[in-house]
Amino acid sequence: MWRVERWTLPKKMSLIRIENLARRYVMGSETVHALRGVSLSIERGEYLAIMGPSGSGKSTLMNLLGCLDTPSEGTYELNGKNVARMTDNELADIRNLEIGFVFQSFNLLARSDALHNVELPLIYAGIPPKERRERARSALTNVGLGERMHHRPNELSGGQRQRVAIARALVNTPSIILADEPTGNLDSKTGVEILGLFEELSRRGNTIIVVTHEEDVALHARRVIRIRDGLIAADEINHEQRAVPGGTAAAMAGFAPPIIA
Amino acid sequence: MTLATEIRESARIAWAAIRASKMRSGLTTLGVVIGILTATLVGTMLNGMTQAFERSVSSLGADVINIGRFPWMSFEDYRLYRNRREIQFQHYRELERQMTTASAVAPQCEDFGVTIGYERRRAKGVWLVGNTEAALSIRGLTVARGRFLSPSDVSSSRSVCILGSYLADAFFPHDDPIGKKVRIKDTPYEVIGVLDKMGNMLGWNQDNQVIIPVTRFQDDVSQHPDFVITVKALRPDLLPEMRDEARSIFRRIRKIEPGRPDDFAINQQEAITSFFSGFKATLASFGFFVTGLSLFVGGIGIMNIMFVSVAERTKEIGVRKALGAKRRTILIQFLMEAAAITLFAGLIGIGLAWPISWKIGAMAREAGSVFEAQMSWWIVASALIVSAGTGMIAGFIPAWRASRMDPVDALRSE
Repeated sequence: MWRVERWTLPKKMSLIRIENLARRYVMGSETVHALRGVSLSIERGEYLAIMGPSGSGKSTLMNLLGCLDTPSEGTYELNGKNVARMTDNELADIRNLEIGFVFQSFNLLARSDALHNVELPLIYAGIPPKERRERARSALTNVGLGERMHHRPNELSGGQRQRVAIARALVNTPSIILADEPTGNLDSKTGVEILGLFEELSRRGNTIIVVTHEEDVALHARRVIRIRDGLIAADEINHEQRAVPGGTAAAMAGFAPPIIA
Repeated sequence: MTLATEIRESARIAWAAIRASKMRSGLTTLGVVIGILTATLVGTMLNGMTQAFERSVSSLGADVINIGRFPWMSFEDYRLYRNRREIQFQHYRELERQMTTASAVAPQCEDFGVTIGYERRRAKGVWLVGNTEAALSIRGLTVARGRFLSPSDVSSSRSVCILGSYLADAFFPHDDPIGKKVRIKDTPYEVIGVLDKMGNMLGWNQDNQVIIPVTRFQDDVSQHPDFVITVKALRPDLLPEMRDEARSIFRRIRKIEPGRPDDFAINQQEAITSFFSGFKATLASFGFFVTGLSLFVGGIGIMNIMFVSVAERTKEIGVRKALGAKRRTILIQFLMEAAAITLFAGLIGIGLAWPISWKIGAMAREAGSVFEAQMSWWIVASALIVSAGTGMIAGFIPAWRASRMDPVDALRSE
């Protein structure tokens, strides 16, 4: 019952604490410094955007935050656990339980229906079939796709696919939702819908990190971190946080209280 | 995640993946199909041959030796043996008198291609055997109807005969042969008995024989035939001793000077058995070779297809890893996929081998052989295990590579 444990952690401790994080890649005889020593704290419930042009190191930072990659230097504490020195299998568990990914290209399994796609993290978590089916159903219902559970990705629109991906990210009740250009492959109207969904999730206490190069998307977040040349160029509170026009109600039609609440 | 769940989930994924590329998976299986087909067929044949062999050779008796001019299962210089002195009836008499470790001694003389007739029917190519009453126990014969030779039949050289079942059926399809007179080489003989059906021994139809008293054989067929003397031991464990005794007595009877080689051969069932074992081993190693080769080639094909499958699904691997799949999970997933393809191939191989071995068995039965193609459950089981194993071995390197993929790189691929 890791979930209970998480909520009983001391309030003072940051959800994410990064110190001097660096990542170098060796390419042939050349060493690329993708990240040059970044320090950062992220609190529980924050809605944060990481911005930067391509090649700035924001993707590297996202990969490190998502435990897809390990740093060359520095520490990374997620939920009080130092994940910087974890083995591949330990990282797999962290990704499974603590992080919900939302990708630009959705990354759904083409041959599986929406329900099975959402079930996937639960399968890897070892949840018994009956329970995981139930949880996947309710996660899909929560993003307004209760009627589309048995559709395959190619039978869904881009916005619906991204909703499936979000349901998949949420289903294991992770500590953070890590979204990489979540609106990049969507038309602006659908993009706004998805951002509305994030707003609602944030309002209900989820921690959301959006990586983007679009100012419009970043301005929906409460805090914006700008990365340049592998360093943090700016870390500011967005006082003019944008809300989705018409409130979140439109985007959230049929959105039942999330499991985390 | 427990191993059982992983395997179940992997089987699901494997099935979906194979269904998605039926054609490719189907073609890849060809090598494995051929391998399993050969293995199953050779196994089935060996099984059937062994059974048929044991059934027919056991009639020779494990506690019996045969003394004759020619050694069995020797394909050396035939002329060397042909020029040996013939074995005479007198030799048999002497041997029988002197043997102490033998329970019975019988002289057998034969003529092949004899014609026998009954009323208007004639049978050519009959195997005519002259022997004594001792042949019953020594040759392990059983009488279906009537009786076997009696001592007085032999001593009085009576014109009586015992028919093999094939001849009895051919001449007397409707009536009782006992008491009827058949003509053997134009001499009338009274039928006193019919043998049980014996089937083939190493391709030799044993039901096509007629047994007459050895004395009668000498009177009617040949005065000095070449005998083969069969000697049965008192107890099976006395066989080696008996063999030595028979040899020294026979050397004396044949007046062979010390230091000179035997001019006769002492044969045992074992000679045939060991020859046959050698033959079986040759067949088995041939089968093994063909199987191994086609499984190897098939395995390479599977490995290739798995590399393709892994490359195609790099992104999927990345996604699965991002969602929490461990290395082991990915490894099992691809191993299962490879194993499922080859298991399927194995099933096809068995599916093809079954009617073929059935057909061979049917043809053998038609030809009157006791050979039966036996596709036993353990052949099927081991074929399935071998095919699944081939998949796992062949799929290991691709699966290993997939499991070690870096999630960042995998996600970035298109």
